[in-house]
Amino acid sequence: MNLHEFQAKELVRQYGVPTPRGTTVETLAGVEAAAASLGGNRWVVKAQIHAGGRGKAGGVRVADSAAALEAAAASLLGQRLVTVQNAPNGQTVSRLLLEETLDIAREFYVSLVLDRERERIVVVASGSGGMEIEELARTRPEKILREVCDPLWGLQDFQCRSLGFALGLEGKALAAFGQILRRLYALFKDCDLSLLEVNPLAMTRSGDLVVLDCKINIDDNALYRHQTLAQQRDSTQEDEKEAAAHAAGLNYIALDGNIGCMVNGAGLAMATMDLIKLHGGMPANFLDVGGGATAQTVAAAFKIIQSDAHVKAVLVNIFGGIMRCDIIAEGLIQAVREVRVNVPVIVRLEGTHRELGRKMLAESGLSIVSASGLTDAAERAVAAAA
Amino acid sequence: MSILVDQETRVLCQGFTGKQGTFHSEQAIAYGTRMVGGVTPGKGGQQHLGLPVFNTVREAVRETQATASVLYVPPAFAADSIMEAADAGMALIVCITEGIPVLDMLNVKAALRANGARLIGPNCPGVITPDACKIGIMPGSIHRKGGIGIVSRSGTLTYEAVFQTTALGLGQSTCVGIGGDPIKGLDFIDCLELFEQDPQTQAIVLVGEIGGTREEEAADYIRSSVRKPVAAYIAGQTAPAGKRMGHAGAIIAAGRGLAVEKIRALEAAGVVVAHSPAGIGDAVAEALARRT
Repeated sequence: MNLHEFQAKELVRQYGVPTPRGTTVETLAGVEAAAASLGGNRWVVKAQIHAGGRGKAGGVRVADSAAALEAAAASLLGQRLVTVQNAPNGQTVSRLLLEETLDIAREFYVSLVLDRERERIVVVASGSGGMEIEELARTRPEKILREVCDPLWGLQDFQCRSLGFALGLEGKALAAFGQILRRLYALFKDCDLSLLEVNPLAMTRSGDLVVLDCKINIDDNALYRHQTLAQQRDSTQEDEKEAAAHAAGLNYIALDGNIGCMVNGAGLAMATMDLIKLHGGMPANFLDVGGGATAQTVAAAFKIIQSDAHVKAVLVNIFGGIMRCDIIAEGLIQAVREVRVNVPVIVRLEGTHRELGRKMLAESGLSIVSASGLTDAAERAVAAAA
Repeated sequence: MSILVDQETRVLCQGFTGKQGTFHSEQAIAYGTRMVGGVTPGKGGQQHLGLPVFNTVREAVRETQATASVLYVPPAFAADSIMEAADAGMALIVCITEGIPVLDMLNVKAALRANGARLIGPNCPGVITPDACKIGIMPGSIHRKGGIGIVSRSGTLTYEAVFQTTALGLGQSTCVGIGGDPIKGLDFIDCLELFEQDPQTQAIVLVGEIGGTREEEAADYIRSSVRKPVAAYIAGQTAPAGKRMGHAGAIIAAGRGLAVEKIRALEAAGVVVAHSPAGIGDAVAEALARRT
C-alpha cells in the first residue's frame, strides 16, 4: 500500500525527522487560509497523487504571491495529472500539499529498501539528491552508497557515519544525518515498510537537514497490525476495477487486452496471460480467484471482468486440485447465470471428475465452451475475441 | 530414493485442529503420509483424527519423534510457529501459510541460518514424494512415482508440471513448492543440489516467475554443477512492471526480475525452456532426449 506524500511526512515527523512546515487543502476556497496559516509570501504547491515524476509533469509549483498561489492551485485541483509513472491515464489530484519554501544549499538521496536477494534492509544514499535513483544507477552507479543492515545488529552508528563521511558531511550535520537515518530505520521496522524514500533530503543554508519529499510503501501483509495506517489507503488513486477487486478479496490487475482471465493460483494466472499472447490474443487482466474457486468468488470475479467494456471473451482456467471439477462447474454455472455474463466463456477445467464437470458445463444451456486442454482453450478464446 | 521426505518421515501438524489443518491432515493420512500428531496451543491432551494433540512442539517431538512439521497457522502467528518448530529440533519445516509480513520472514531466516533447520515456503503448496509422503495442500491423485524432480515458485503451475509429466508416463521423484514470497526457505539452488545427488531423479523441472533474480542464479548453478537434464517454464512474460502479480514476490521492480532475462539465462545454461505452460512435459522429454 502506498501513502501520499503528506501522509508520509506526517509519519516521519512522528519519528522526530524534520520536514518543511505544510498543510493540505482539498478545495480552492481553503487555499487562502492555508497560506495565511503558513505565513510568508512564497510557497510550494504539490499535487498529492500516488505516482512519481510529479515535478516534470507540472505537479509541483512555486508561487511568489497569493494570486500565483490561487492560479497554481486552480490549475491542479480536480485535474488528472499524467506523469511518466502513471501514463497514459494519470491520476486525479484531489488534494494539494502547501509548504513553506526553504533556502537549500545541498540535496541528498536517502532510501531504505527491503533487498530480497540479500534478505536484508539496505540503506541507500547518494550526494545526487533530486535525481531518480534508477537513472543514477544506470549512469553513475559509483555514486550510490549502500549499508546493509543485519537483522541482529540493526543499523549501527558506524554505518551512518560511514555514509555521512562519504557524502562529505561533518560536525553537526554528520550527527544530525546519523540521527535521521536511525529514526527512519526505526520507522521502517515499526511500521513494516517495504520502501521509504527521501528524495531529496535537503541541507538548508543554515545547515539543517530537512525531508523535502518522501515516498512510503507499506507491506500489505502487515497491514493487519497497523490499523491506523491501513485507514490511510486512498483507493481513488487506484484503478477502479482493481479497487473493487481488492474490496472483494480478489487479486486483480487491469491490462490492455480484450480477453478476460479467471484463474486459480497466481502462477497459473500469469501463465494464462502469457498463453493468450502466445496464441495471438491480448489478456484484459490478471485475476487469481484463489484455491477454492467457490460460486461466490467466481461471481464476484465475473462482475469485475465484465465491468471492463473491452472484454470480448472470458477464459476460465481452473486446475481443480483437491476441489472436485463437478463442484467447480456447478459454481461456474451459477455465477454465469447470476451475473448474466454476455460474452463467450471458454472454460478449461482439469482435475478430479473433470469429465463430469465438462458434461455439466456443456448441458448448462449457457454460452460456456468447454475446452479440451490449455492450448485448445487459448485458441478458442483468441478466436472468440477476434 | 527421493529428496527431503519419504516413507520414514514422521510428520507433525501445527495448527492441527483448525479447518485447514484438519482437512489437509485427513488428506495426508489418506495418502499414506506417516502423520504422528499435531500441535494446537491450549488443546494439548486431546485426540484429533485419531492422533494426539500437544500444546507445544517440544512436547510433541519428545512424544512422537516427529522429524518434519507442516504449518497451517494464520499469518500473524506463523513466524513464531516456524521458530518454535526450529527450536524443537525439527529437521524440516513446511509453511503453507500465505500473507506473512516480509519483515517477519527476514527475522525467521536470520534465526534459521544459525539453527540449521530446513524451511520450505511460506506461501507454498508443500512437498510430496509420490506413493510415500505428502506434506501440504497438493492433490495427491495427479502424482505418480517416477524420475522427474520438480521445484516451483507457484502452486497450480506445479500441478501443471506434475499433470504433464504423469501424462507422459515419466512420474515424479519429489515435487517441492518453494513458494511465492520474496523471502523464503529453500530456494531453487538448494533443490537443484538435492535432485542432482538423488539417484531416483533423472531430470529436473524448474518453474519460475517474474520477480527477483533467483532463476538467474539457478541458471549459473546449473551451468557449473548440474549434470542432469533440466527443463523450465517461467510465468509472467506479459506481466506489467511495478505490479504485484498475486504472489508477494512476483513483481518487476526497477527493471529487474523480468521473465525474458530469466529465460535467456536458463537457455544459455542449456536448459530447455517451455514457451507455453502446456509445453512443460514436452520440454522435459526434449531435455531427456538431448542427453541420450
